[in-house]
Amino acid sequence: MKQSLFNIKNSLTALALLATLGLTSCGGGGTSSKTDSTASASGDDNTLIGAGSSFDNPLFSKMFSEYNKMNGLKVNYQSVGSGAGISQLTNKTVDFGASDAPMNAKQDSAASAPVLHIPVTAGAVAISYNLADVKDTLMLTPSVLADIFLGKITKWNDPKIAAVNKGVKLPGTGIVIAHRSDGSGTTNIFTTYLSKVSEEWNTKVGKGSSINWPVGLGGKGTEGVAGLVKQTPGAIGYIELAYAVQNNMAYAKVQNKAGNFIVPTIASVTAAANITIPPDSKVSLTNTDAADGYPISGFSWVLIYQEQKYNDRSADRASKLLKLLSWMIHDGQQYSGPLTYAPLSPAAVAVGDAILKSATFNGKPILQ
Amino acid sequence: MMMKTGIKFRINKSGGIQVITIILAFACVIPLIAILAYIIQAGITKINWNFLTNIPKPVGETGGGIVNALVGSVIIILVASVIAIPIGILTGVYLSENRKSTLAYWCRLCIDVLQGVPSIVVGIVAYFWLVKPLGGFSALSGSVALAIMMLPIVVRSTEETLKLLPDSLKEAAFALGMPFHRVILKVIIPCGISGILSGAILSVARIAGETAPLLFTAFGNPYLTTNITKPMHSLPLLIFNYATSPYNDWHDLAWGASVILLVFVLLLNILTKQITKKWKVQL
Amino acid sequence: MDTPIKNEKITLSEASLGVIDSGKKANTVSKKTLRRPFRQIRTEKFFKQTLVLMGLIMVILVFGILLTLIVESIPSIRALGLKYLWGKTWDPVQDIYGAFPFLLGTLLTSFLALIISVPFSIAVAIFLGEYFPKGWLSDFLKNTVELIAAVPSVIYGFWGLAVMVPIVRSFETKIGVDPIGVGIFTSSVILAIMIIPYAASLGRSVIQMVPSSLKEGAYALGATRWEVIRDVIIPYTKSGLFAGILLSLGRALGETMAVTMVIGNTSQLPKSIFAPGNTMASVIANEFTEADKAVYLSALIELGLVLFLVTTVINMIGKKVISRFTNE
Repeated sequence: MKQSLFNIKNSLTALALLATLGLTSCGGGGTSSKTDSTASASGDDNTLIGAGSSFDNPLFSKMFSEYNKMNGLKVNYQSVGSGAGISQLTNKTVDFGASDAPMNAKQDSAASAPVLHIPVTAGAVAISYNLADVKDTLMLTPSVLADIFLGKITKWNDPKIAAVNKGVKLPGTGIVIAHRSDGSGTTNIFTTYLSKVSEEWNTKVGKGSSINWPVGLGGKGTEGVAGLVKQTPGAIGYIELAYAVQNNMAYAKVQNKAGNFIVPTIASVTAAANITIPPDSKVSLTNTDAADGYPISGFSWVLIYQEQKYNDRSADRASKLLKLLSWMIHDGQQYSGPLTYAPLSPAAVAVGDAILKSATFNGKPILQ
Repeated sequence: MMMKTGIKFRINKSGGIQVITIILAFACVIPLIAILAYIIQAGITKINWNFLTNIPKPVGETGGGIVNALVGSVIIILVASVIAIPIGILTGVYLSENRKSTLAYWCRLCIDVLQGVPSIVVGIVAYFWLVKPLGGFSALSGSVALAIMMLPIVVRSTEETLKLLPDSLKEAAFALGMPFHRVILKVIIPCGISGILSGAILSVARIAGETAPLLFTAFGNPYLTTNITKPMHSLPLLIFNYATSPYNDWHDLAWGASVILLVFVLLLNILTKQITKKWKVQL
Repeated sequence: MDTPIKNEKITLSEASLGVIDSGKKANTVSKKTLRRPFRQIRTEKFFKQTLVLMGLIMVILVFGILLTLIVESIPSIRALGLKYLWGKTWDPVQDIYGAFPFLLGTLLTSFLALIISVPFSIAVAIFLGEYFPKGWLSDFLKNTVELIAAVPSVIYGFWGLAVMVPIVRSFETKIGVDPIGVGIFTSSVILAIMIIPYAASLGRSVIQMVPSSLKEGAYALGATRWEVIRDVIIPYTKSGLFAGILLSLGRALGETMAVTMVIGNTSQLPKSIFAPGNTMASVIANEFTEADKAVYLSALIELGLVLFLVTTVINMIGKKVISRFTNE
């Protein structure tokens, strides 16, 4: 047949037509929303998009819901883990990230512009466990904790655990470790602590947001770890305190540097957070010197670019973001207490304010 | 005598095997019924007006509903269908009209490949094609990922249906002087509408429950939104997030959402069977 | 009919029979001139070109997917080379990426699932193809098995978490293994349930295609039903059944959601089938959004590339076998 459909010239022209159509509509989908969206994720300026730490999720979701009631701004925060928060901010697909681990040198260089770390809360990493028959609160020393997570102690009635918990009847169940399967600032806090207190941990495993765990099951997000611990008898895992409290899960007293066994509470976290905060606010609260401080505490930061004009972001959007963050470290702190997060100390708030003032739009500071 | 026991033994063996086969075959039904029964009884009580019309509450608070995920799912599926079904039908027409050209051969090969691509890989690709360049997560990128997964089913069923139609139908139309596009659009496609429609419905059922492609594209959203250029929530995402969480309240929401999703998918499948039964291709 | 705007002398062969490859010899028709409006011819041409475009789009789409995967994997391929495939450690912090634990996890779960599901799939295929090809019982079983394939995988995962994991946990306590509940075994069981329909429906179609003359010949020689199945049907449909099993395998390899919810998500090599593990698909799902280093991200995408290639090859083999079978 002579008139073949596969006529190269004709189909190429048709293809070119469609391709240009496609590209313009893609850009058009961007042009129609160029006034409001494109610029780093989100669309209409009344929704901000954030992603990151699941550590903060209970607090953030309460804060954002209250803020929404106050002035209608919606915040779409997805609890995908600190690691994802940092990389999504680096990819500029979100307005702000949230992380319990400050960005390290590699991440800083991967981001194309300086990133501000604003401390928004301090919380405790609770060591939660599932032993239905044990009514007393377990006590754990740093070395026992490290040995458990290294896989050296495998049964709950191991003499090392019994030595610390005299008088408590421990069952012979095997210890099932639950850790994070995703990149997590909570993991960072916990492993930083373990590296400080256990030389073996420091050399064998190290610290970081996403480490090579020697043993255990992985759960996605703090929610996943908490879920695993709650459902698996004999499990032990590290989760943010709010999750343990909200789900009536048992958590241990941990011995701090001063030798005292401390329960994670607002007071003990506040005691641990009572230290000098450097101007860039990147500081670790683990293994605190405070006598009544909880040794596995940490700050959590919101991350934004210092220069807010990128990707066609509007000044309005940047100012809404900065106002939200400013509210979070001032009035928003009232919601920390009920959720067992420690409100920021005045020193921390002052540092936060200074950092927020350094955020600029096109070179000009946004907050007056 | 040897033969007698031989025959009896063989006959008994045959009967025995038949029994085993029947048992094994019907054993397959058990997990399905167990799953359906469990999900329905776990979830049906959680569905109420509040559940269907509210957005989720802050973490840890009880109450709240799934309306954002429900509406989000509907929108994402609709957009995906709008993208995939026309393209799929036209490709199916192309393939049924061209049995032997090289492009048709490659096209068929690619459809086969596409059918087997794991959904997570489609999600990765959609992230690089749409999320990164456009600078953000959006329901649209999720819909495109789902559309890619729908295409093979629509194309396959359209091609198979149209292949069954006799050539005489087409020739009669041409003999009456109809132009090619009219023949296809007004004669061939309406004749094969049952097969085409069932393919379209099956493809929707296939992607209604897909989660992996949406993980890095639609992202999720605690608020109700209808804007497809922004992140949107969906039922499978909700079920995935809540199922692995420790909150009992979230588990309840996930069960309710599972019931809705399950019933929706099953209804679509049953609908497909009814269509093929009722609107048989007129040969 | 529209009044012709412009008279074009078009031969019947070109205009009316716009179908290519219809097998008809158009030039045998006497060439009559036909008055056709130019507009109509343009619409026809446009429509035909659109159809060709659609075919092109498919090809471009698939090659685009392959290309994207390859391009994004290049940083990792360049940095890690082929050692990546049998490296046993996956440590993003130290920048050590070895995909072997995930390859092992994927292979273990898929093959275990296959082993568990094949007896059931074949039983269903034989039941529907041979014992009861018609009737309400057969319709019921056929529809039920097809419904298994319709249930979304995230629901399987949720049900697995809620129901299977506690069951497996008590099973593990009984046999003295660590009662974790999640792990390779649980995911294999759930996968097995999910992939039954694929081998079953393909198997049923090929078993039904066995010519009755063959079967009747065997019966005439005095074979029992089982012997007919064993010695006539199965050898005849061997390749078709094999293709069905391959299809099930392809499905199992790529399954993400149900597996990631019950497999335990650890990067360690699984020590036994009751240990937790990870599959390629589920590690991508877990770590994709947070891969902040270029090599990390591209290592994950390389996993996706491997997954894509493996499932494609298996599916292609299956389809080739089927097409050879149906053309014999």
